[in-house]
Amino acid sequence: MGEYRVRFEVFEGPLDLLLYLIRKEEVDIYEVNLTRIATEFVEYLNLMRELDLDIAGEFVVMAATLMLIKSRELLPKDQRPETQNGEEEDLEDPRWELIRQLVEYKKFKDAAARLQEFEHRAENTFPRIPGRVELPEETPARRSEATIFDLLSAVNTVLQRFSKREGEARDVFEDRWSVSEKIELLLHTVRERSAVRFSELFQNATNRIEVVVTFLAILELVRLRMIVAAQSEAFADIQIQLAPPPADANATTAEATLPATAEDATEPAVPAPDPGTSTALPGVSNEVHPMPSEGAPPESPRWN
Amino acid sequence: MDPSPAPPSLKLVLEAFLFSAQKALTVRELRDLLALAAQDETAPEAAAYKKTKDEDIEAALAELQSDHAAAGRSYRLLCVAGSWQFASTPEFAPWLRALLGRKARPPRLSQPGLETLTIVAYRQPVTRVEIEQIRGVSVDGVMQTLLERGLIEAVGRAEVVGRPVTYGTTPAFLEYFGIRSLEDLPAADELRRLPVQRPEALLTVDPGLATAPADAPSPGTPAEAESPKEAPANPTASEPPTVPPPES
Repeated sequence: MGEYRVRFEVFEGPLDLLLYLIRKEEVDIYEVNLTRIATEFVEYLNLMRELDLDIAGEFVVMAATLMLIKSRELLPKDQRPETQNGEEEDLEDPRWELIRQLVEYKKFKDAAARLQEFEHRAENTFPRIPGRVELPEETPARRSEATIFDLLSAVNTVLQRFSKREGEARDVFEDRWSVSEKIELLLHTVRERSAVRFSELFQNATNRIEVVVTFLAILELVRLRMIVAAQSEAFADIQIQLAPPPADANATTAEATLPATAEDATEPAVPAPDPGTSTALPGVSNEVHPMPSEGAPPESPRWN
Repeated sequence: MDPSPAPPSLKLVLEAFLFSAQKALTVRELRDLLALAAQDETAPEAAAYKKTKDEDIEAALAELQSDHAAAGRSYRLLCVAGSWQFASTPEFAPWLRALLGRKARPPRLSQPGLETLTIVAYRQPVTRVEIEQIRGVSVDGVMQTLLERGLIEAVGRAEVVGRPVTYGTTPAFLEYFGIRSLEDLPAADELRRLPVQRPEALLTVDPGLATAPADAPSPGTPAEAESPKEAPANPTASEPPTVPPPES
């Protein structure tokens, strides 16, 4: 059955051939002279036979239908089978059935032609596929690193919070925190969270000393390149992050030694920020109320 | 920081997404991207589109699409199978082929393949028998090809005797033809499951439709005038000449 297509592919099927014949007549499907078409159809079948083409069964069935229609038309009107009276019989009219089929097939054939246009259009449409943008991986180092001044001004903000509370009565605090302890706590936090906001680190501080100690711990870790203080833009909140991998290699060695030599490690750190703190901060006046804060840190490193 | 700058229009934000996307994006994906962008604390203006509705995205895309069409550039914003992307217009294909080579695409469909696929597309879910009724030929081989190419698939079974398998088109069908959705098939309303209406003329007058009006030169329409030109072995003389030609 399916094989006939190979041998005879000009007409896909009998409906195709019929449409072709109707097109040749240049008339509307509804107005076509089926009797004449029937004759031509059979002529084509004969031609196919002559050319020794295989004729699919569908063609033969169609030829039979056409012959039926033709024979009915041959009869004088009063001798035809009564088909015109009732609606139901109307449906049996082979002409109507055939025309209905032709009209429907034609519609799909036209739709297929439109779909073919789509096919060609799609063939010629090239979607934009941009190459992957190789954005550098966002590492903390790529952000602008916060300068020492940024850090100082940030800690100043924190200290101001305490200055108000502590203003009049200065309690003597037990030094509950050492820098090395803070360093460990800090490292722990940063490893867990990968990035911490600077202000967050001081959230739980109970007094100025603790703030100072924490701050010194930060400075120390920055100096050791174990953490990075980054800032997305000037004056934005500072992010404390774990240092990027290359520095990490260093860090592991430093880390190993750190707990043991915490006290030694702090030593070199202190001088560095110290002068900065005392000189760089504005409005430093040691015991005056409005801004008494900044004088304190450099003077009070009483850690261990 | 605080006074967040007025964000660019949604339309342009979507344009930026689609311009840089590695693949076509659905409305849903665009919506999720908007929500994701809104989480960026460093860009407070992105929060403006945090909870954008799908309808708003669709409307903005439609607007963007007509903007681009009106601009008459060499590319358009297209929606294929529900995903949006920028693509060149077909008339630039000769040059783009030089740049990109011919598109890697399966061979074009044969005429029977196209016709069968068209029937499936408009009539889905449809059985093999229904397709054969429309095309008037067996479609076994063609259906096999279409199934293998992934353009159609079995979608269920018809509730008739034998419960034959019904077929429908796949998303690959929409992609292959560059169609947005099945609703966007041309003349879809006309070709869906609507019975062909029997024309007026056929109901009122019986002969004449399939018969050449032999003599009786009824004041002819052009079509009428044409049909009797060479009625060969056409014994329609018995036809009573009562036939007013069907109009139009």
